[in-house]
Amino acid sequence: MAVAKMRQPRLGRREWQNLGVGLFFVSPWLIGFLIWVLYPLGSSLYYSFTRYDLLRPPVWLGLQNYIEIFTDDPHFGTVTYNTFYYVVLSVPLGVVSAFLLATLLNNDVRGRSLFRTIFFFPAIVPAVVTAMVWQFLLHTQYGAINATLAGWGFKTIPFISNPTLAKPSLILIHIWAQGNAMVIFLATLQDVPRTLYEAAIVDGANAWHKFWHISVPMCTPVILFNLIMGFIGGFQSFTLPWLLTGGGPNDATEFYALHLYRNAFQYLRMGKASALAWILFVVVVLFTILLFRSSARWVYYGNE
Amino acid sequence: MKLLLRTGLYLLLFGLAITYFLPFYWMVTSAVKDDVQVFQVPPVWIPSPAYFRNFADAWGADTFNRYLFNTVFLYAIPLTIGVTFSSAFVAYGFARVRWVGRNVLFAICIGTMMIPDQVMLVPLFVIFKNLGWLNTYLPLVVPGYFGSAYNIFLLRQFYASIPEELSDAARMDGCSEVGIFWRIMLPLVKPALAVVALFTVMYAWNEYLGPLVYLSRQELFPLALGIGHLRGNVGQIGNVKFAYPYLMAASTLVTLPIIIAFFFAQRTFIEGISLTGIKG
Repeated sequence: MAVAKMRQPRLGRREWQNLGVGLFFVSPWLIGFLIWVLYPLGSSLYYSFTRYDLLRPPVWLGLQNYIEIFTDDPHFGTVTYNTFYYVVLSVPLGVVSAFLLATLLNNDVRGRSLFRTIFFFPAIVPAVVTAMVWQFLLHTQYGAINATLAGWGFKTIPFISNPTLAKPSLILIHIWAQGNAMVIFLATLQDVPRTLYEAAIVDGANAWHKFWHISVPMCTPVILFNLIMGFIGGFQSFTLPWLLTGGGPNDATEFYALHLYRNAFQYLRMGKASALAWILFVVVVLFTILLFRSSARWVYYGNE
Repeated sequence: MKLLLRTGLYLLLFGLAITYFLPFYWMVTSAVKDDVQVFQVPPVWIPSPAYFRNFADAWGADTFNRYLFNTVFLYAIPLTIGVTFSSAFVAYGFARVRWVGRNVLFAICIGTMMIPDQVMLVPLFVIFKNLGWLNTYLPLVVPGYFGSAYNIFLLRQFYASIPEELSDAARMDGCSEVGIFWRIMLPLVKPALAVVALFTVMYAWNEYLGPLVYLSRQELFPLALGIGHLRGNVGQIGNVKFAYPYLMAASTLVTLPIIIAFFFAQRTFIEGISLTGIKG
């Protein structure tokens, strides 16, 4: 008992001074956090229980927005399915392909920085440009791929005008633009101590053994990082589908973020949009927690 | 066997490189096609003659000078100054000063990165509407002056790698904490500031959703919205057949500065990106 009492944090003069200095430096962020994060979060939660069209003050509805979303919104099921389809496929495929590219470049290859530049570049192009270029590239009649196929006498592929192919096409573009993840993987792979590989070779390991038992485990923390960033970003995909397909054809690429945007700024249903946003928030947090929970089984943290 | 493997590796890399590069090749070559070449089957891979005038025509088909001005002077520059300076200031407090509650606040700061932008979309719109900031760049720029979590995290990593003795020596000499930050630490983290500045400029150059929500007057558009506007513009005035070459020409011109920036600052790009992931 006495010990517990003595452990009470007593701040000396020095600690108070440091607290003041620390708070002084982080004050811009702290104030910004209150104005641009905490207050909006609170008001968004409040709006989600109201009817609000920006013109008149919000009207309290209780849970009605949430009930409507789950029982009486014909689009909710579609956009949820589309978004999960897209996220569950595009994020792991993107991480795997970025990792494989980095593994290829981690070999002793000539012109590595040129290859790295080419693989990285799609990641820094404006999303608007990506959308315009791929829209034309995948055009059913005049796009580079289909015009070539047609020239050879093959049937053309309606990449973005066919509801079944539209989502896979977007996934393809996502995989193409994974340069950031690739650069992170490459940097990590180059930090793996050479001695690990040398010891493995002495033990008779082949290329596959080295890849599966050294490269992959050493990169698992970064794989986790890229998966989490990928999922958070994937659930919010907006610009590419908005510009490339506009949610079509036949709602095949109408993702959650598009539905939310339409409710907010096209139908002026700010309350319902806020409710949609909070559902998204909960899903993102759950996904992140699940990933962290699972990470104990597969992420290798070296000698930490 | 070894030779065979190496040949295979290079073939694979070349094949992948060509695939990854194809969209850009298609963009640039389509930009200089006329309305016959652009719809030819099989496709024209090397346009001849090449219409380089398309670049000037596409630029002139919409108010691109205006878009460029807006992007650089109303968006990229003010945002970059704010984000870089405020993030460096805040990160110093998280990295170099030991105080009660620091780790809790830092965890909250990192945690805010998990909040989807969509959650903030409606409430921030309401705030900016009430402030009368719609159709100005203030909603896109002002929050940047309060530090950005991602960059605070990145800069904190940099500060942490500087030996503590340096600060202690300066404190002995009677240098104030602000003096240490300004005169000793800032010059030392310059490479990291370059990373933050570069990423922020890139962000402003590419960002679409923010401007889409807050800017509805066309004369205020940044380049990202401008390209979208051009699509409607060339469609409306009746020359739809020119839409694709013009769109590709405009896209090429908007991408060009990024290519140039990348080649001049390749190390900064690569190091900055690598740094964020390693401690992830």
